Amino acid sequence: MSESRSINVKALTRVEGEGALHIRLAGDAIEAVELNIYEPPRYFEALLRGRSVEDVPDITARICGICPVAYQMSSIHAIENALKIRCSPETRSLRRLLYCGEWIESHVLHMHLLHAPDFLGCESGLEMGQSYPDELKRGLRLKKHGNQLLSVLGGRSVHPINSTVGGFYRAPSRQRLQKLIPDFEWGLQAAIEATRWVAGFEFPEFQQDYEMISLSHPDEYPMNEGEIASNKRPAISVDRFEQEFQEYQVPHSTALQACRVKENSSYLVGPLARVNLNRDRLSAAAKRLADELHFETPCTNIFRSIIARGLEVVHAYEEALGILRRAPVLTPAKISYDYHSGEGCAATEAPRGLLYHRYAVDEAGLVEKTQIIPPTSQNQLQIEMDLIRFLPGVLNEDDQQTARDCERLIRSYDPCISCSTHFLKLDIERLES
Amino acid sequence: MGSVRNSKNRKKPKLAVFKFASCDGCQLSLLNAEEDLVSIGEAVEISHFLEASSHVEVGPYDLTLVEGSITTPGDRERIQEVRKQSRVLVTIGACATAGGIQALRNWGDHEEFQQAVYPHPEFLDTLATSTAISDHVQVDFELRGCPVNKKQLVELITDILHQRKPRFPRHAVCLECKQSGTVCVAVTRGIPCLGPITQAGCGGLCPGYDRGCYGCFGPTAQANVSGLSHWLLKHDMPKTELVPLLRNFNAGATPFREEGNRLAREQDTELE
Repeated sequence: MSESRSINVKALTRVEGEGALHIRLAGDAIEAVELNIYEPPRYFEALLRGRSVEDVPDITARICGICPVAYQMSSIHAIENALKIRCSPETRSLRRLLYCGEWIESHVLHMHLLHAPDFLGCESGLEMGQSYPDELKRGLRLKKHGNQLLSVLGGRSVHPINSTVGGFYRAPSRQRLQKLIPDFEWGLQAAIEATRWVAGFEFPEFQQDYEMISLSHPDEYPMNEGEIASNKRPAISVDRFEQEFQEYQVPHSTALQACRVKENSSYLVGPLARVNLNRDRLSAAAKRLADELHFETPCTNIFRSIIARGLEVVHAYEEALGILRRAPVLTPAKISYDYHSGEGCAATEAPRGLLYHRYAVDEAGLVEKTQIIPPTSQNQLQIEMDLIRFLPGVLNEDDQQTARDCERLIRSYDPCISCSTHFLKLDIERLES
Repeated sequence: MGSVRNSKNRKKPKLAVFKFASCDGCQLSLLNAEEDLVSIGEAVEISHFLEASSHVEVGPYDLTLVEGSITTPGDRERIQEVRKQSRVLVTIGACATAGGIQALRNWGDHEEFQQAVYPHPEFLDTLATSTAISDHVQVDFELRGCPVNKKQLVELITDILHQRKPRFPRHAVCLECKQSGTVCVAVTRGIPCLGPITQAGCGGLCPGYDRGCYGCFGPTAQANVSGLSHWLLKHDMPKTELVPLLRNFNAGATPFREEGNRLAREQDTELE
């Protein structure tokens, strides 16, 4: 006689967006692990059709309120490739500066308000602030700097308005940029302190043999350009992405999942993959800090992603400072271009990992076809694979604790389910034989 | 508007945040309130805010902030329950107040949209429309913006905690441009701009960056949309560009929707 048992544990929280995890067990045997994303579809690829290329960055920004710059950057680069537009080196620098602002804002938010409470036994960042007021205050100030940079360069921090095909609508004021320097000098030191703090947390032992994927560039830490590198296979150019990786649909999720085409295998994108594949291109301060913390690469413990995020915040502060001190002059703010029909793709590194866009445009500059592959849909299969390997180690606990541990693992990925949503209910069903 | 105070033992008022179809950007504005966030945390009990806290309490809530639009049968039910549990319900952002950018599906073929994005549309359970929260339940106050202005959001929470009716300017973005000394991009440079019919709240952001307003804060109280579209058409803006300009993040707001539809009908007649 087998007795079925189903336990509902509270919603998974402190993630962007909502979904559900369903685990089915028979005794100690795992029958199914499904990460359900009930995200209501918003059909961006469909509603972009017929819009002018200039509308695209404003619309794709609305896919995600946490990482709008990533969506703007991938779409702008893909459209510029379709229209064969080459932007100036100054535009390129300022786009990296904008991305630094988003990495800081998004990573610091995750480190302090979403992830750190897990390691300190707190339910929220605000609760954590009662025992760690200075750390929370420092985190909020760091986050604020990221948002201020986005505001100066992009007009506002959520859905900035200044990025466009060919450059910027308006060249940023050098004076306003350089006014940020003292805060960023403080921020670089504070980010180092914050990373030392999170590196001192206690991490569960959980090593996985990941295939890690990120952009990689010979001269710089990857953001807007580079080849797609892997720790297991040769690097490929971005325009081969859809031959090597594909999205598919599963009944339990409204987010499409992605995997390797030939091998059907999962892979990991995001800060841990980026640091592992590009450690020697981190900024000097970030590299020194990684050495000081004995952050050995490859690091294959996903729980330690919080340290990788910290290293990237340090990098972003240091790189931003360099650009702010130079404060490149942008003339003209954007270059002019002609419409013609064409197709182009691009990948950039969103805070949560590689974000791929492809557009076909017609001779009037209107979008004909779009393909968007966000980082969380790429990580989704890897999260499920991780849970399958992680569960046996935590099954001896009571169901509530098992669920909490699974939530922590999912949270380490900083999943951005948000691009729409629902409840992420953790539901463990035990079939007892 | 109901009272948010719990009169019995002066406990902290309970704040809830609920999300429907949206990008997360408006509730993020609350987390972006940085210094004010800590004060808000002291003034209220955060009872339901999944993105920020694992501490989840059941209702009723004194103040509920709702982000996102209604796009699925499940959400159509859920908003009724959220309403029942909320003393004061405030919608935050363009999705919740007008259906958001996803309301563009209201003009499309929903099945075709599903097929364009998903290999297996049969796995989906969605509505053919994206609609505002006020189409489903009574809303006590609407905070505009895509995203909302975080200062307005903090002010709104403060007002409601002090049982004041929130008051925000209903005048046009144009006035904000005048206040900030931004030269009119429409008049001096011929850039199409929705400033004259769009509610203030952004500080005249886009014109300050040499581009036209695209209507993030939705229509002003007495938006003369057809007046503006006549002017834009007279100044060489093609209808093919004006219709998409009206069909952005507040496409579902009545004045924008009606004028966009009127122009689209004219365009179709001209083509015939």
